[in-house]
Amino acid sequence: MSKNGVFSRLRRLEKVEGVDEYEYANPSCDSDEVHVLAVDDSLVDRKVIEKLLKITSCKVTAVDSGRRALQFLGLDEEETASVGFDDLKVDLIITDYCMPGMTGYELLKKIKGSSIFREIPVVIMSSENVLARIDSCLEEGAEDFIVKPVKLADVKRLKRCMFGEGRIPKQERAFNKRKLQQDSPEITNAPSLDENALSSPSHSSTSSPCSPRSFSSLPSTPCSPTSLDSPTRRVKVSDDS
Amino acid sequence: MEVDQLQRSFLEYTTSLFREGFLDGQFGQLQMLQDESNPDFVVEVVSLFFEDSQRILNDLSITLNQQNVDYKKIDANVPQLKGSSSSIGAQRVRNACIAFRNFCEEQNADACRRCLQQVKQEYLLVKEKLEALIRLEQQIVAAGGAIPMLNEFS
Repeated sequence: MSKNGVFSRLRRLEKVEGVDEYEYANPSCDSDEVHVLAVDDSLVDRKVIEKLLKITSCKVTAVDSGRRALQFLGLDEEETASVGFDDLKVDLIITDYCMPGMTGYELLKKIKGSSIFREIPVVIMSSENVLARIDSCLEEGAEDFIVKPVKLADVKRLKRCMFGEGRIPKQERAFNKRKLQQDSPEITNAPSLDENALSSPSHSSTSSPCSPRSFSSLPSTPCSPTSLDSPTRRVKVSDDS
Repeated sequence: MEVDQLQRSFLEYTTSLFREGFLDGQFGQLQMLQDESNPDFVVEVVSLFFEDSQRILNDLSITLNQQNVDYKKIDANVPQLKGSSSSIGAQRVRNACIAFRNFCEEQNADACRRCLQQVKQEYLLVKEKLEALIRLEQQIVAAGGAIPMLNEFS
């Protein structure tokens, strides 16, 4: 990143705006793996969620704060996607709610407030099963809310619901995309990436072109009698000790 | 010692830990996640838990030793410990943290100190037991056996 001048930065910005067709036109991107950005300040929880995701065949980037997550996405304070981690398209963001600095809720708002990233599904995790909290997250556009501790079944369900049993072939993916510009800008190779912003050793440098597919609403999960009557709510309530 | 014996000891010990409430289903989840690609997963997570807990307990001790107790710090630290103990299935530690949190809300310094002692005690107990469990696992592996798994957790 440090060796790229203004010119490549502009090129990158163009690519980010036209990010959809860039992915599908890039022949080197054929990874079928779902790339998840996991955000949690707890070292223990990060380790566990990373493993849970890897075991369900997801590529994982784990960061320790909302700030780092935004940096990774290229959506830091300047509110512009100036850092082009183009090859590392994120398919899902899973974040803890209670974090120092920026909460998961605040991170959710930032992501949903971004024209580029708002389509990425965001799942909130929290050890507190507080209705008001769940409500506000879902209202802000969270895809799902998982009560900690996160179990393998939770991650499997998420992956299955959001990304299907198998990958959708590329043609269909392109068809499902919201923005499909007819006159695409010239596609160039991605510049080399600076990885020093990443905190996770698990970060992979191979390209992952997977964009969030459009998906139908998640099946509702069994809830405790005290909770929710809205049909749009999909909440896993921990029912064991 | 023979692998069979070791495995049986391991199963018995694990069962007792679940039965006595030291560990809950979440620990079983972690065991399930361990595989050939990451055979030390449980040890790694548990080690992280020990490091993290030690740090938090130290911080809490310092905070509660002050003349003017900073309850905000306690309120920040206790949920962290509650969270990580919950994530590895250290049930008793987690429950002790819940009680601690309640007293912190009341801003009752003496009660908080007692809670801290309680949490420390539970932590040291589960640490000892987890270390024993891990030693048994390592013995099994060294003897050429596979670590058996209990099926009785969700």
